[in-house]
Amino acid sequence: MSAPIEIANITKRYGALTVLEDITLHIEPGEFVVFLGPSGCGKSTLLRMIAGLEAVDGGTISLGGERIDTLPPGKRGVAMVFQSYALYPHMTVAQNMGFGLENLKTPKNEIARRVQSAAETLEIAHLLDRKPAKLSGGQRQRVAIGRAIVKEPQAFLFDEPLSNLDAALRGRTRLELAQLHQRLGATMIFVTHDQVEAMTLADRIVILNDRRIEQMGAPMEIYQRPATKFVAQFVGSPAMCFLPVTGMTDAAQGVTLDVEGAGKIEIDVRLPAGFRRDGASVGIRAEDAKVLDRGQPGIAVGVKVVERLGDRAFIYGTLDNGTEFVVEDSGRSTVASGDVIQIGFDPNALHIFDGDGRAYHHSEEA
Amino acid sequence: MAESYRRSRWSNALFVAPYLVVFFALLVFPLFWGMWLSLNKVDLFGGGQFIGLRNYARVLSDPVFHQAVRNTVVFVAVSVPTLVGLGLFLALALNKTTRGSSFLRGLYFSSSILSVTIVTLIWRIVFIPNDGLMALIFNVLGLEPIGFLSTKGWSLFSVGVATVWWCIGLPMMLLLAALQQIPADLYEAAALDNAGKWRVLTRITLPSIKPTIMLVAVIQIVMQFQLFGQALIMTNGGPAGSSRPIVMYIYETAFIRWDVGMGAAASELLFVIILCAAMFQYWISSRKEVA
Repeated sequence: MSAPIEIANITKRYGALTVLEDITLHIEPGEFVVFLGPSGCGKSTLLRMIAGLEAVDGGTISLGGERIDTLPPGKRGVAMVFQSYALYPHMTVAQNMGFGLENLKTPKNEIARRVQSAAETLEIAHLLDRKPAKLSGGQRQRVAIGRAIVKEPQAFLFDEPLSNLDAALRGRTRLELAQLHQRLGATMIFVTHDQVEAMTLADRIVILNDRRIEQMGAPMEIYQRPATKFVAQFVGSPAMCFLPVTGMTDAAQGVTLDVEGAGKIEIDVRLPAGFRRDGASVGIRAEDAKVLDRGQPGIAVGVKVVERLGDRAFIYGTLDNGTEFVVEDSGRSTVASGDVIQIGFDPNALHIFDGDGRAYHHSEEA
Repeated sequence: MAESYRRSRWSNALFVAPYLVVFFALLVFPLFWGMWLSLNKVDLFGGGQFIGLRNYARVLSDPVFHQAVRNTVVFVAVSVPTLVGLGLFLALALNKTTRGSSFLRGLYFSSSILSVTIVTLIWRIVFIPNDGLMALIFNVLGLEPIGFLSTKGWSLFSVGVATVWWCIGLPMMLLLAALQQIPADLYEAAALDNAGKWRVLTRITLPSIKPTIMLVAVIQIVMQFQLFGQALIMTNGGPAGSSRPIVMYIYETAFIRWDVGMGAAASELLFVIILCAAMFQYWISSRKEVA
């Protein structure tokens, strides 16, 4: 069971405060969409509006072609997994999972069959008689997912469901959720502020910021070709480094930029006529810069901290003019704090941002 | 350094001494002295004489005591469910964050802070024959007025109405506090689970506050078995002892007839009755929990 979701011109206000403005979004049947954004960007609110837990102040929401924003939560054909799991504490696992079906007057043997089958899928069949208080965090999580599965909804909604798990369990559950999505083929919307979850789970990421959709696209598209400076900054760890652009001249191919702290750089990129030059900057990710061998000419970086992750190392330092910079090196890096190193990068790996924060990328990747 | 914290010293007892002194002087000592008194023939002026269990035999064979026990049990059996039920109803109705509900919470609780004399005065004005509020209402409706305070059956009922009015604040507040502890996402999950209002009440709300309902019931059983002031002032136990509670029997025996030993024996019996009732209530509730 999977259905498309159509969100059209959705607006949400709390009194004078507008949280979401004119959000329009189409989700394909069976698609796994992740709403990603900083705290307070309205991503949970949008999810709760689809679930029917928040009123809609403008616009419409449809599921499988039927308008649902006027229906009560239980009649919308969606199931939700809460951040805190929201299991009924005085009911057993089986009762928790069957409660929704009981309310629909589903025959008892049908409830038992669906609960059993969901429990087997989630490997919690041996826990069916226990109460939530006797379960570990990971087990509760599975019960919450099981409660959603037995309803056989047209769409699953997840509100930061992994944030209460420890790191190891979070990684495993992430994988299991991906498998579950493949097996059920259901439409799923997943809210998170964790970009690793977003990158690994999503067919498509929707980045929300400041009341609106900042960008939507496949994970790698968002990572490699961020539409705005906000997205570039928000996605990726460590965060992208930004260097101010002080001047710009047209070159034979693309433009030559005067980058503060890095000198003149020629990039093969086509910038539109309306490009706002004041406040422009270039951004580079740590993995696109590299440490040069001793004696090679490059940009000098004074090393402050070296973060060793085993397979690789991140070198945090500052350019001559004080701008902060991060560069990735191999796990065997001998660079130590206090060193002055030379770094280099492929100019076409740079991202250019105009004064309004709009992003432009190397032409070939277009 | 850490060792000195752990080592037990007698001087540490100084810190708990103030509490212990009060606890022993005002609670433990009177408790055991009361038990001792009940085994003696004592009046308020003379010394005592040990007579074993004879005071108990006298109390248990006294028909006035039987009547007082019957009155009290009936009173508790009716007033406690009413207090719990009405308290629950008010708590559910006022479990909102509107200005109106905050005002009403305050209003319903305000009667609890009045002294028993004020409460009984108010309700005497309501129930008193001829000029009372009820009498006026009955007159307007053209009905035969009932002597609420002087008719057998109605007198205990009137005491009960005043008591519920006086005591409703605490159960309501305790249950409200319990309702507000229920996480909001449980209700959201229930809404997504298609649960109607009745299902939400019986399957989510009531099970979640069950421990508090039991607590309120036990507190009220203990409190209402000790009914005294309202009955004394409103009806003086009348007519014909039909509204005399156990505490009033104790009071009359010990402080009007000066038979302190017998009064103490009746007190110990009341203590046992309350203990049994509360234990029974607790046992009922914890037994269902296991099942």
